Amino acid sequence: MANNIKILTEHINTPGIETFEVYRKTGGYNAVEKAIKKMSPDEIVEEVKKSGIRGRGGAGFPMGMKWSFLAKPEGVPRYLVCNADESEPGTFKDHYLMKSIPHLLIEGMIVSSYALGANKSFIYVRGELMYVVRILEKAIEEAKAAGFLGKNILGSGYDLELVVQPGGGAYICGEETALLESLEGKRGNPRNKPPFPAVKGLYQSPTVVNNVESIANTPWVINHGGDEYAKIGIGRSTGTKLISASGHIKNPGVYEITLGLPVDEFMNSDQYLGGVRDGHYLKAVVAGGSSVPILPAHLFYKTANGEDRLMSYESLSDGGFPTGTMLGSGGFIAMDETTCIVRNTWNFSRFYHHESCGQCSPCREGTGWMEKVLHRIEHGHGTMSDIDLLVDVSKKIEGNTICPLGDAAAWPVASAIRHFRDEFEWHIKHPNEATKPGAVFMGAEILA
Amino acid sequence: MENEVPLIKVTIDGQEIRVPVGSTIMEAARQIGPSVAPPAMCYYKPLQGSGGKCRACLVKVMAGSEKDPRPMPKLVASCITGAQDGMVVENFTNPEVVEARKGVVEFLLINHPLDCPVCDQAGECHLQDFAFENGVGEKRFVEEKRTFEPEDIGDKVQLHMNRCILCYRCVYTANQLTEKRVHGVMGRGDHAQISTYIKNSLESDFYGNVIDVCPVGALTDKTYRFKSRVWFSKPVDAHCDCDKCSGKVQIWYKGDEVIRVTARKNQWGEVEDFICNTCRFEKKKTSDWVIEGPSKIARNSVIAQNKYGLNQGKKPEYALNYAATNFKKIDDSREYNQNLDQIKKSEDYKALMQKNDKFFSKEKSLK
Ligand SMILES: Cc1cc2nc3c(=O)[nH]c(=O)nc-3n(C[C@H](O)[C@H](O)[C@H](O)COP(=O)(O)O)c2cc1C
Ligand code: SF4
Ligand code: SF4
Ligand code: FES
Repeated sequence: MANNIKILTEHINTPGIETFEVYRKTGGYNAVEKAIKKMSPDEIVEEVKKSGIRGRGGAGFPMGMKWSFLAKPEGVPRYLVCNADESEPGTFKDHYLMKSIPHLLIEGMIVSSYALGANKSFIYVRGELMYVVRILEKAIEEAKAAGFLGKNILGSGYDLELVVQPGGGAYICGEETALLESLEGKRGNPRNKPPFPAVKGLYQSPTVVNNVESIANTPWVINHGGDEYAKIGIGRSTGTKLISASGHIKNPGVYEITLGLPVDEFMNSDQYLGGVRDGHYLKAVVAGGSSVPILPAHLFYKTANGEDRLMSYESLSDGGFPTGTMLGSGGFIAMDETTCIVRNTWNFSRFYHHESCGQCSPCREGTGWMEKVLHRIEHGHGTMSDIDLLVDVSKKIEGNTICPLGDAAAWPVASAIRHFRDEFEWHIKHPNEATKPGAVFMGAEILA
Repeated sequence: MENEVPLIKVTIDGQEIRVPVGSTIMEAARQIGPSVAPPAMCYYKPLQGSGGKCRACLVKVMAGSEKDPRPMPKLVASCITGAQDGMVVENFTNPEVVEARKGVVEFLLINHPLDCPVCDQAGECHLQDFAFENGVGEKRFVEEKRTFEPEDIGDKVQLHMNRCILCYRCVYTANQLTEKRVHGVMGRGDHAQISTYIKNSLESDFYGNVIDVCPVGALTDKTYRFKSRVWFSKPVDAHCDCDKCSGKVQIWYKGDEVIRVTARKNQWGEVEDFICNTCRFEKKKTSDWVIEGPSKIARNSVIAQNKYGLNQGKKPEYALNYAATNFKKIDDSREYNQNLDQIKKSEDYKALMQKNDKFFSKEKSLK
């Protein structure tokens, strides 16, 4: 197994890599040449299938399978839409990739569009990142000038127009069908499914929506072949993954790791996060962005069966909801003992309350309810029955909504109570102590 | 026959039905009848695209189809989920569904003002029915509700956003029946609100229909507001010759006076024919209409009370008899009554009575 391989970030620190010239010199756009001159669209889809790469936007759905589901009715255009809305708290990898090496995404968009038979493709960028929109637009201009985009690419007869569309800054527009609504100029409400985008997506036409990182992997797959890609990683977690690490660690930042890296190594070696900041110890980890269940340190390092956890889809979700979590979008948040879990949970809840689109009643009302109860507990006005109430409300949201935002709002609350119930109880029993600034429950002693 | 749509077999709460391919679970259940039809707070058959939002109609699919008899992992919204041949669905018989529905009732009520005593919709409110039939009597929500000021969104329609459950029915109605798209949802989450952008007022011959589709008292008819409780009025089917709409309406009498005109609704509370504003707001005389006869009202509806013949005629007597035979004389020997003498002697009591006297004498002199 090739360890330490960098698929996305190999050249990211090369000076001038954001320009076409430098990017081209490092081997950039070779995949476009190879794909368009030597491969048929179906062959590319086949390679992507073989690579086993799974969607990097959160759900981890196999990318090749998604591509092969795309309906191909006669006379109807097909679209590829890149999801660059990245708004999940804790996740900032796509942002980093796009601003540092924009041509990688453009190259991925070209080969992917070619594979899917799309002649017009979109990159939907989070509204707050206007400067990234400009970087991408500049890259598109450069690629066009060099003949890799636009009409008759490399004389092949294949046309592709790439459009960068900034969003309005709503988290929900990262949900793929809300994104499509927003792209169509409508209110960003998620659609009822089915029909899925692969059948009726953008402008009621078959559409594939993929994350920035997913698409950025495709040039490598074309250059080296799907089989080569599948050799990287572990089991069904093939390839590398960008992890955006934040919180109480020595080296926060974006890391490209080979899937299957032991959690301990990722957390503590100097090559990666370098461990918890000096003089403190790890209390809890949110491993894949704010929506995934929070884990206490002991369950993070080892599964309930005592096996070492690895940074992979399967290992992180080992134990299911009771003792596991998810890789999600790779938004890694480490918390040391100074973190108040109640306050943190309230903070997450506040986010989901604010971002719910308000279409379906469980999410619209439930997110607000949970936030208000958590706010009350955090500010010393909770009652014991509130804890069970929160669990019950989260259960009544989970699985009963139109889109997964409801689940994403329910999981952090349910998991925090599951693993840190005593902290909630302490807040309720000792409101005076708990509301002192910086007060944190640590079992026998209290940090204040 | 060649063009006949093939039928599929669906089982809902143990009852089988054959429905045309392409029907939803909701449509199949409604064909069986009200005993198995899931409640619907947002789905509205005449409005294209409606449904999927309120989650009142969640059901459990125990078997996906004949070909793939696996159960579906999550509850599904029956109003938008297609029925398959051999599908087995559980609705009122499934504890998971019952529990989830309790949750939906609770969610819909937490920000609802529960101001039924002053709401025009009371008595014909789908939220009342839904909560009564599927909810629990207690509330667990002790936080502050989100509130809005009532707002006129047209010269004849008032919006009480506090009562709105964001079912989007009015939005679809406005989009599908009126030309200009000025009625929609602003904001997100529980602070989302129905709005006519920049207080644009609704103006179109058909905008009045938003009142009929609204399941709650969020959109009310200003020509009717506070005129009567709905159960004191008497609905009569009537029609007129109208060049804008079918002219088929229901007119509501209080005594001899027509106090309101609405569209006719079917068994599921859905409008049969949308009517125009002239019929709705302006034809308020019996002479404007050709009367067809009393509207059919479900016997268990509060609107049916005190009306039409035998059954109701007997009721007051029955109640009186029941009261006379079943209640014992009130026992007056309880503790607080014995203390009454003491209380009456106290200074506080005297002061209170003086105040009362003043107040009541003022009242009287006013009259
Ligand atoms: C509330 C919500 C927000 C989401 N936000 C994003 C996002 O910002 N970026 C993203 O790539 N996927 C996001 N997703 C996942 C997308 O719906 C979709 O699964 C993804 O873009 C598919 O791409 P992939 O298969 O390449 O991962 C979000 C999903 C939900 C439910
Ligand atoms: S789950 Fe929340 S965000 Fe998703 S559609 Fe429903 S209300 Fe909107
Ligand atoms: S105003 Fe009435 S019809 Fe419109 S969304 Fe609210 S509850 Fe539904
Ligand atoms: S009636 Fe089906 S979700 Fe509202």
